[in-house]
Amino acid sequence: MSDGVTDIQDLERRCLETRLRILEQIEVAGGGHYGSSLSLVELLVSLYHTYLRVRPDDPDWIDRDRVILSKGHGCSALYAVLADLGFFDRAELHTFTRLGSDFGDHPDRTKVTGVDFSSGSLGHGLSVGAGMATGLRLRGSAGRVVVVIGDGEQDEGQMWEAAGYAAARGLSNLMAVCDRNGVQVDGPTKEILDLEPMGEKWRSFGWNVREVDGHDLPALVRTWEDVAEDQQNQGGRPTIVIARTSAGKGIPDIEGDAAWHVGYLHGPDMEAAVRTIRAMYPAVNAGAER
Amino acid sequence: MSPQSDQTYESWEARHQATQLVKVSQTLAALADEDDRIVVASSDLKYATLVSEFEERHPERFFQFGIAERNMIGAAAGMATCGFIPYIATFASFSGLLGYEGIRTDLAYPQVPVRILATHSGISMGFFSTSHHATEDISALRSVAGLMVLSPADGTSAAALLTATVDYPGPIYVRLGRGREATLYENLPGGYEPGVPWLARKGADLLIVSTGIMVGNSVRAADALAAHGIDAAVLDVHTLKPFSSDAVVEHASRYPAILVVEDHNTEGGLGSMVAESLALAGHRRPLLKHGIPDEYCIIGPPAHCYAYYGLDEDGIARTASAFLDQVSSWWDGADRSCWTEAEKSRVIAESRATDRLPSDLSLVGLDY
Repeated sequence: MSDGVTDIQDLERRCLETRLRILEQIEVAGGGHYGSSLSLVELLVSLYHTYLRVRPDDPDWIDRDRVILSKGHGCSALYAVLADLGFFDRAELHTFTRLGSDFGDHPDRTKVTGVDFSSGSLGHGLSVGAGMATGLRLRGSAGRVVVVIGDGEQDEGQMWEAAGYAAARGLSNLMAVCDRNGVQVDGPTKEILDLEPMGEKWRSFGWNVREVDGHDLPALVRTWEDVAEDQQNQGGRPTIVIARTSAGKGIPDIEGDAAWHVGYLHGPDMEAAVRTIRAMYPAVNAGAER
Repeated sequence: MSPQSDQTYESWEARHQATQLVKVSQTLAALADEDDRIVVASSDLKYATLVSEFEERHPERFFQFGIAERNMIGAAAGMATCGFIPYIATFASFSGLLGYEGIRTDLAYPQVPVRILATHSGISMGFFSTSHHATEDISALRSVAGLMVLSPADGTSAAALLTATVDYPGPIYVRLGRGREATLYENLPGGYEPGVPWLARKGADLLIVSTGIMVGNSVRAADALAAHGIDAAVLDVHTLKPFSSDAVVEHASRYPAILVVEDHNTEGGLGSMVAESLALAGHRRPLLKHGIPDEYCIIGPPAHCYAYYGLDEDGIARTASAFLDQVSSWWDGADRSCWTEAEKSRVIAESRATDRLPSDLSLVGLDY
């Protein structure tokens, strides 16, 4: 990337479009996971556009980087990003959750091009990712694996089975990205099982740990560059990036509110949400998005 | 602003119309007023399962386990050995399926009195898709020795069965719906007790054998069939294990044809249990297993998914009617497809006609 300012603006434009497409999918469904999808936007957009090596015109490319959205309930963000990349026609998002659609509220690898693994039951994704990282290494492939996990998801014991295995096998080609939005279905993560000190837990399991503001695009781009460099040079350890985010980012009235794990913005609330989301991106020409 | 939603998602208000789950929580809270052995737990789904209602009344006896179902099952076993009766609530997919080995090894094998409130069973989670569905739990759990499996038709039935089994010494899996279904039994007379199947509707031409939330749909289908001159009886098999094979056979032997209706994979579920019982008893009856075929449920809003598989009132009535048309030739060349691909295509077309189209989405302001 040559011109840093332009590139960040390009990412911002994609983030705006992704946020609006999330709202649109949930409007089609008549309700959905605003919180868990909107917290993922900068993470997924920056990963796909600056870190991941994938080929939308050759989605089964054997040496591609893999992505598992282990917190599958954020899939409307993933669908929007994959559509923008050209894995499928974005008009297909208008069938989200409708009878016979390929696009359910948890992603299905047998139905959606670009989805590397089906998810929805929490705690499974990191194990599958560790298996992919093992398989890629066995093939001698340069492919890397990114597993996007929730914070509440770390309540699941299987997460820590995967954490132990990945460190023991030295899977440096595996990166977990934690969407640390601080809420789960029944309330704030702090009130359920707490989870802290999260970074220390992963470090004690033998992982490289980085922390970043999950909505700060320049910081995210730098983080992915640093991780790629670590993976290239040091090796030996899997990496987790703990990204501090806000559930429902862009809609102040619902941000960080566990009661909004699933919900529906009616007409005027929806219009207000579109306004506050557009206002997040003053530098993006409102007429520029496709 | 409150997280309200239309009928496809669970708003707070809609949850409180979840009569079966409301009844379960109220029943437990009332039982716990008099019985300090009763404790309740959930794994980050207390609002969806509605045991939050119990927590409000007995906060000191509610335990939040986070998203950690296997830990909750093991811990419930431990509490049970200390004289408590834990009722643990999460979706059927995350208890009957995710927790399967824990149910066998920590609950059934050691014989501890833990009750699993397995809500949102079958395909009731609709477009949340396969990770949130449970169309395998009946077949999986029926082979767990020492486990009781209850499958109440509605809130009244659930309250009766839960109340009757408080002192049952072993573990119980209670298969519940999402809870939005209409109440079937306003009240239940004596005789509705664990183990004995209940004749929910009398009839002569056909016996519909069903379980759980499909019983109500079957009864309404039978009412609709009556207008077409078909007099169908409905048997409510609310106890799937131990299965009252003799009683089911006794009922079935009085009818010329048997239709089994279940929101479960037709491989290994109630249909298989009825077929097995009839065969072992030496009864030859035309029998149709009607449920989710051996596949993963398609994506769609819950009510539309039931319709697609012919499991709503209309679909069951059409299936029963097509079945009876073929009964006379059932053993010699009937094609036996009573819920056809054409019916499924019709349901998809009708469902899609109600979708929001791109022109309705101008609020967002994206062009295509």
